[in-house]
Formats: sequence, structure tokens, C-alpha cells
Amino acid sequence: MKTRNNKAWFLVLPVILVVSFTALIPLMTVANYSLQDVFSPDNRLFVGMKWFYDITNDPLIINAFQRSFQFSIQALLIQIPLGIAIARIMPKSGWKASAALVAVSIPLIIPFNVIGSTWLIFSRKDIGLGGFLLNKLFDFDFTSDPKDGWGLILTVDVWHWTPLVVLLVYAGLRSIPQAYYQAAAIDGASSFAVFRYVELPKLRRVLLIALLLRFMDSFMIYTEPFVITGGGPGDATTFASILLTNIAVGQFDVGRAGAYSLIFFLLIQIMSFIFYTVLTLQDREEETKTK
Amino acid sequence: MKKSDSLVKGAFSPQKKKRSLPWSGFIFWLVIAIWMIPVAWLILMSVRPSADILGSFEIIPHRFTFDGYRDFILKDMWYKAYLNSLTYSTLNTIFSVTLALPAAYAFSRFSFTGDKHLFFWLLTNRMAPAAVFLLPFYNMYNAVGLFDKTLGVAIAHMLFNVPLAVWILEGFISGIPRQVDETAAIDGYSLPKFFVKIFLPMIRSGIGVTAFFCFMFSWVELLIARTITSTDAKPISAAMTRTVSSAGTDWTLLSTAGVMTIIPGILAIWFVRKYIAKGFALGRV
Repeated sequence: MKTRNNKAWFLVLPVILVVSFTALIPLMTVANYSLQDVFSPDNRLFVGMKWFYDITNDPLIINAFQRSFQFSIQALLIQIPLGIAIARIMPKSGWKASAALVAVSIPLIIPFNVIGSTWLIFSRKDIGLGGFLLNKLFDFDFTSDPKDGWGLILTVDVWHWTPLVVLLVYAGLRSIPQAYYQAAAIDGASSFAVFRYVELPKLRRVLLIALLLRFMDSFMIYTEPFVITGGGPGDATTFASILLTNIAVGQFDVGRAGAYSLIFFLLIQIMSFIFYTVLTLQDREEETKTK
Repeated sequence: MKKSDSLVKGAFSPQKKKRSLPWSGFIFWLVIAIWMIPVAWLILMSVRPSADILGSFEIIPHRFTFDGYRDFILKDMWYKAYLNSLTYSTLNTIFSVTLALPAAYAFSRFSFTGDKHLFFWLLTNRMAPAAVFLLPFYNMYNAVGLFDKTLGVAIAHMLFNVPLAVWILEGFISGIPRQVDETAAIDGYSLPKFFVKIFLPMIRSGIGVTAFFCFMFSWVELLIARTITSTDAKPISAAMTRTVSSAGTDWTLLSTAGVMTIIPGILAIWFVRKYIAKGFALGRV
């Protein structure tokens, strides 16, 4: 199938150099920190695996990771189906399609801190429209009720990032040749059957990108909970990245934070790798068949 | 393919109409309307005095102010920060797409030692939690003289945009049949010449979509941009945190800046809208 040619390395080399410069060097620095107790730049003590041992036994941190994981799964469960559903009913051509694309993209291009502060005011029950309306239905107060705080951050994430899924899926849907739909129409396929047997298989590739991007970013969510709830009420929205920043910046504990972020990094990688492997399983089976 | 497409389309258009739900258009715009409520709230906040925003709940404000917009345009800090953000986002988009193109081509067309691992490794670089990397970033960009330069931010943002660009472009390139490359080679095109003259126009759509995503992620990134700049290259999102003073937050100015940050994004999506609608038409999906 593909031509075997190791000279292709030269085409990839610039990317590897840039990514190594921007990512690998800082990563090595962090790995270096993680083995030391840093009091000041000139005063450090080699502590070996102490931080790693501490962290894997710290219930605060384990809880934060569990919270982040739960949050990511909930975010994915809402955003992926909702994104697909919206993309499917989006106008397909003309000025309506242009208007729809612009409207859908707006949440993506607002800086995170503005999204946070807008929702912070919007959801306050005394001065915000959202909080005011919700309070008519039930007693909504994200500053005191942990469930409301969690629900609000989840809503903000859904509002902010479902458009990414919509854009990717929309572009993916546009690529399916009309002939597939006509064949399905001749067979009298229901709308659901068309989705299940025509669209979904064709969307596998974009859904993989959407799923991985959304998983990584929701697992690392930081700015919105930081601005809106500050990790509260209590520790309801103290996600792994919030706790990490508290340790790194608040307590200035670089060694501990270094070890923490390496574990963080590794966890996301392992889970992304599982997603990646499962979702590309079929691709690889097909590849071996054609070989 | 094209021909039979249009033939069949004519013959079966009644079925096609029946298949789409009658209410789908209405539901879509209803969803968009709900989605736009917080955006409308943001715009509303930008024309209300700060004290009013915190003081009372009003859908139709009893008084308006355009101080936020006046300050945004007249005060040097905002104007410069806006330009800084535009500069590094644009630079970053150009760099990321240019670098990613040959790499995506290589991943799509050739198999070489370590290719699959490398491909996944690229994406893993998006997974580093920024908080702890800030200190190394600060030290590193200081050491190489890129601190407080828009170029420095553009390079730093390649950390997450280059992998993204490689992944999306690889999908588009894989949609172009290999025969195109082979025919061009027989016709005597060298690889670079073929790539620029024939291949790039074919994946224009993919480049448009990738460029929008690169611009968007660079435009909204806050932590890294703020860490490796101080005054000269300060991004707009960092300038926004200055709206918090001892007198509290200036919500009007903050919201104004928020509204103003939407504009370049809208322009960016407007430029690539046609490409997105046809975006993955050639993509491997």
C-alpha cells in the first residue's frame, strides 16, 4: 500500500524539531524538578521517587483525578451526540449555511476568561438571566450547592465546546457522496438506519479527532472553573488541573507539582491511547485484509 | 462518479425531501437562538455601567454606557494588545500549516521507521497540563531571547497547533488518490514542484479548515501567552486581567474586550466558510 521510504523522515523532521523545542525541553525540565525538592534555584535536594509516592497516596489528589475523569466522561457523553445531532440538522448550502457556520463558531473564539466571567454574571441568581430563570424552577445557587456548581461548569463546557464537534462532524457529513443516501432511500431505510449504517461509519475518522480533542481538553479544564467557582463549592469542582495549579503557583512546590503533572500527562496519554487504539481497530483490520 | 451522482439525484429528489424531518430547520435555529443567549448577555454587559451589572437584574437596561468601547479604542494598552494577539495568532497559523503540510504528506504517503508511534506522539504534546510547564517555558524563552516577543508566543503555540494541523491535514491528504502523485511523477514533476503546483490547490479546503482551528486555538490561549510576555508583546487576554483593580473588576471594559475579541474570529470563519462546508469533501473520513 504505502511506499516504504525512510527519506520521508526529512519531511517530518521540521515538525519534530519544533515540537521537541516547544514541548520536550520543558517536559525534561519538569521531569528534572519532579525528582527534587526545590527550595530556591540554588538550593535543591534530590529526593528520588518521593513525590511520586506521595501523590499516588494522597486522597486529595486521587479525588481530584476521579472528579476530572467523571467530568470528562459526562462532557463526552453529552457533547459528542449533541454535536452530531446539531450537525445533522444544520443548513447545507446558501447564505443559511454561512450564517449557521459563523453562529456555531462564536463560542469557540471567545477567550476562556471572558467565557468564565460572562457565565459567572449570567448564572448569578440575583443579577443574571440564567440564574434568575433557573431559580423560578428550583433553588439554584452555584455558589453554595455543589451539584449546581458541577452542573454549571458542565453546562459551560458543553456550551463552549460542542461547536467544535459540530464543525468537525458537519465537515465530515458534507463529504459523504449523495449516492449513499439515494441507495439508502431506495432500500426504504429509516432516518436512524441512514445514520447508523451510512453516516456513522463514514464519520469514524472525524469522530476520532473530535473525541480525542474533547477528552484531552475537558480532562485538563482549568480557566472556567477557576473563574466561575474557584474549585468550589467545597471542593466540588476542584479538578486535577486546579489542584495542580494551587500546588505549583500557590504553594510554589515545584518538585511536587512536577511529579504531579508527569502523572497527569501519563494518565491522559494512556486513556487517549486506549481511545485511539479502539477506534482505529477497524481501520487496521481493513488494512491487513487489503495487504 | 460526479455524472452518475447528478443523474440519480434528479430521479430521486422526492424521496430525498421526504427523508429530512420537517421541523429540523426550525429546531436548528431554535438551538442556535438558545446558544446565543450568553453571547447576547456578554454584549449587553458591554454597554452597561459596571455598577449596574452587579447592582440589578435587567433585561432592558435603564441606562447605557459606551465608555467600554471608548476606552478600548482610545487607550493605548488595549489597541496594542489587540494587535499583538492578532500578530502572533496569524504568524502561528502560517508557521503551523507550513510545517505541518510536508509532515502530513509524509505520514499519509510513506511508511517509515517509527511512523505510527511518531504520529501518536505528536498528539500527546497537546496533553501536557500547562500549569507546571509555565516555569520552564518562562526560563526557556528568556534564555533564547524570545521572551516578550510576538514571535516567541507564535512559536510557543506551535506546541499544540502543529500536532493538530498534522492530524487534520493527514486526513485530507489521505483522501487524494495516490495515482495523482504517480501520474505527476511520470510527467516529470519533481516532488517539491508537484507539491506546490498540483497538490496544494487540491487540498485548499483542508488548509482552510486547519488554518481556522490553528488561529482559533492560538487566539484564545491565555496561560502560555501571558507567561512568556510582559509589556511589549502582551496579548489581549492578559490585558483583560488588568481590568481587575483594587476598586474591583471593571465588568464593562472586560465585556467590551470580550465582544471585540469575537470579531477577528468571525472574520476568520467567514474566510474559510466555503471550505468547511466542502471541507472534508476529499478527506479520508
